[in-house]
Amino acid sequence: MTIRSSMQCRPRRVLASVMLLLLAACTREDVPGRANEPAKPATPAGGAPRASAVLDPEDGQWTRPAKSLSAIRYSQLAEITADNVKNLRPAWSFSTSVLRGHEEAPLVVNNTMYILTPFPNLLYALDLTKSGAPMKWMYNPKPQSEAQGVACCDVVNRGPVFANGMIVFTTLDNHVIAVDAATGTERWNTKVGEINVGETMTMAPLVVKNLVLVGNSGGEMGVRGWLKALDLGSGAVRWTAYSTGPDSDVLIGPRFKPFYPSHRGKDLGVSTWPGTQWKIGGGTVWGWISYDPALNLVFYGTANPGPWNPDQRPGDNKWTSTMFARDPDTGEAVWAYQMSPHDLHDYDGVNESLLLDVPWKGQTRKVLLHPDRNGYVYLMDRTTGEVLSAEPFVHITTTHGVDLKSGALQYEPSKAGHVGEVVRDICPASPGGKDWQPSSFSPRTGFVYLPHQNLCQDAEGLEANYIAGTPYVGMNVRMMAGPGGHRGELTAWDPAAARAAWKITEDLPVWSGTLATAGDVVFYGTMDGWFKAIDARTGTELWKYKTGSGIIGQPITYRGPDGKQYVAIMSGVGGWAGGIVAGNLDPRDSSAALGFAAAMKDLPSKTTKGGTLYVFALP
Amino acid sequence: MRRVACLALVVAASVGGCRREERRFRESPPATTPSAVRISSLQPGTVADTTPASNPYEASAYAQSEGQRLFGWYNCAGCHANGGGGMGPALMDDEWIYGSAPDQIYSTIVQGRPNGMPSFAGKIPSPQIWQIVTYVRSLSGLTPMTGRSARAEHMNFYQGAQSMQGAQKPKHAFRPPASEFP
Repeated sequence: MTIRSSMQCRPRRVLASVMLLLLAACTREDVPGRANEPAKPATPAGGAPRASAVLDPEDGQWTRPAKSLSAIRYSQLAEITADNVKNLRPAWSFSTSVLRGHEEAPLVVNNTMYILTPFPNLLYALDLTKSGAPMKWMYNPKPQSEAQGVACCDVVNRGPVFANGMIVFTTLDNHVIAVDAATGTERWNTKVGEINVGETMTMAPLVVKNLVLVGNSGGEMGVRGWLKALDLGSGAVRWTAYSTGPDSDVLIGPRFKPFYPSHRGKDLGVSTWPGTQWKIGGGTVWGWISYDPALNLVFYGTANPGPWNPDQRPGDNKWTSTMFARDPDTGEAVWAYQMSPHDLHDYDGVNESLLLDVPWKGQTRKVLLHPDRNGYVYLMDRTTGEVLSAEPFVHITTTHGVDLKSGALQYEPSKAGHVGEVVRDICPASPGGKDWQPSSFSPRTGFVYLPHQNLCQDAEGLEANYIAGTPYVGMNVRMMAGPGGHRGELTAWDPAAARAAWKITEDLPVWSGTLATAGDVVFYGTMDGWFKAIDARTGTELWKYKTGSGIIGQPITYRGPDGKQYVAIMSGVGGWAGGIVAGNLDPRDSSAALGFAAAMKDLPSKTTKGGTLYVFALP
Repeated sequence: MRRVACLALVVAASVGGCRREERRFRESPPATTPSAVRISSLQPGTVADTTPASNPYEASAYAQSEGQRLFGWYNCAGCHANGGGGMGPALMDDEWIYGSAPDQIYSTIVQGRPNGMPSFAGKIPSPQIWQIVTYVRSLSGLTPMTGRSARAEHMNFYQGAQSMQGAQKPKHAFRPPASEFP
């Protein structure tokens, strides 16, 4: 592990920073009181103006995978600090009995921990008040086994959500289920998708007001993407917003005011496609949703257009690889911005959006920070959809930046592959500069902690043949490590300066989420099983522990019934990156796992399958 | 005497070669549906005769290249990649969850399997299924060498690369056995 600093002094930047500092000094928000948890006073990173976020009062719980509606994954618990984290040790563990990729976040509510496994989507409730956290109940939704055959990239699930005394979650075979959090009794169960057209569900729902927001997976199967709102009380579908098709299906109406002219016009979800290709054009919704109660807007990105082979879908392919802002009450779109029009490389737009307040050119702007698969960190005004900046966080050969006037991504023509052509050195690779693995933000440092890949690929276009419920890709891909030879990085991103403050390089892709805490410690895991704590200010490694299997989950922290701070992580390799181990793939074929296996040939010698929760605490 | 043997060899080779390259405009497959295919080798009591139905195309180079084309066209490659697997299991290795005999593979394609293999019954004509079976078996070197193509027909071929087809050695020592996968 090495740390690279990119704190170069540029006279213009320094001048700008000084000016911003003067302006931002009075707008910066400090961390509100954290009950019973005295922490070191916050010290600004280098004295520069920094981003902040509105924080909810800390309750010591973890009720949704991103913790806050603003999706910043920041805990104000500060018993575990940069000074004492070296003493962290395992408190207890729990085996899930499932050996596929564990991408999920556990929840902690009312002294109970809830764990949702990958397929077959078992839901466990563990009693934290008792020694060793014995099981209170287990709920088995018994999903259709056949669903495994249409799940593109391992049979993962990204976690449940707690709301109104219920645990709500999705299953691989397209059910949304609400279970009584106290008893494990099923309250309602709604089927919202169909495996025979290639639909599955892997995302964690977000509950806003009395609505459960969920979307589908299957962008590699010719699925038409949607986001649905279900009534929290009954499970009935209240509205469906498709990602492609006529405005009436996309819920684009009079309130729709996209910032850029290229996004205005009638039925662009039809006219930017050849024929009826939009009906099988992807734009699935399987990533993260965030919510701003003040604006009453939800923000989420749509996935790649299908098939991957771009020759079969000339046009912008709206609204795939697009960020949407919608009114959750009605589903109406308020603005949209397409990150990757006519996407060429499977750059889904589903990654998380962190809702921050960032000092920007003399003003504090309400922004949405979105690190995209295409390799740019987008800083967008979340009220209007204006892109304030889009700066690369990885090596990029496919594009030359974003024109902030038109909002257009500037493509490199030589990297646009066609049928029968092999294009080499495509960076970032199809999983992007960063995939689903969510970032965290610390208002104490002003940094966003991005877990991500450093991968490039060669690709060859093929003619894709649509057969419902089977893959619809049309691309042979072979991935490899990007410049430097390492495959993963953790980048501390300074939103106010729109650049990386420092980077940690990791041999393997960093496919786990990150967690930031008020103790100025950031947690993440590696695909060979190390769970690590680093200094939130400098990136210095402070502690690590080797778990049983590779880590691709989302770390969380909570206050136990005994008042102590605990940190928890799932260990169980898999996902697209770890499919070579979880699915016993054969890396002699470099197109295995849609080309990811080629970059992970050594993984089977570095980790084995697993499915275990690890919980840590100070002695 | 030597001359006669030589001649016999040439004749045998050319006859064999004919079959290898044989292609028909109208296919009449032998047994459209193999009956009573076993996917378990465990039989209670006396072991009954289990001669598998033979694949008429086993040695045909043409059938194999057609099988490869169809393997892509029916999106088999979308799940199994070019043999290494993805959504579905690898086919180029020596682990066969539902059996490696031609009639077992045929049945797997037609019937589907409960952990994710779709049933293609009624979707693919029987002769084409047999051609796909030929190609699938060739991925792990189960078909006669004479029928197999010399190299992989996709981007994985690059200068210095060996053909993946027919590779026999285990891919690495750390791979645990597959069991629960489709």
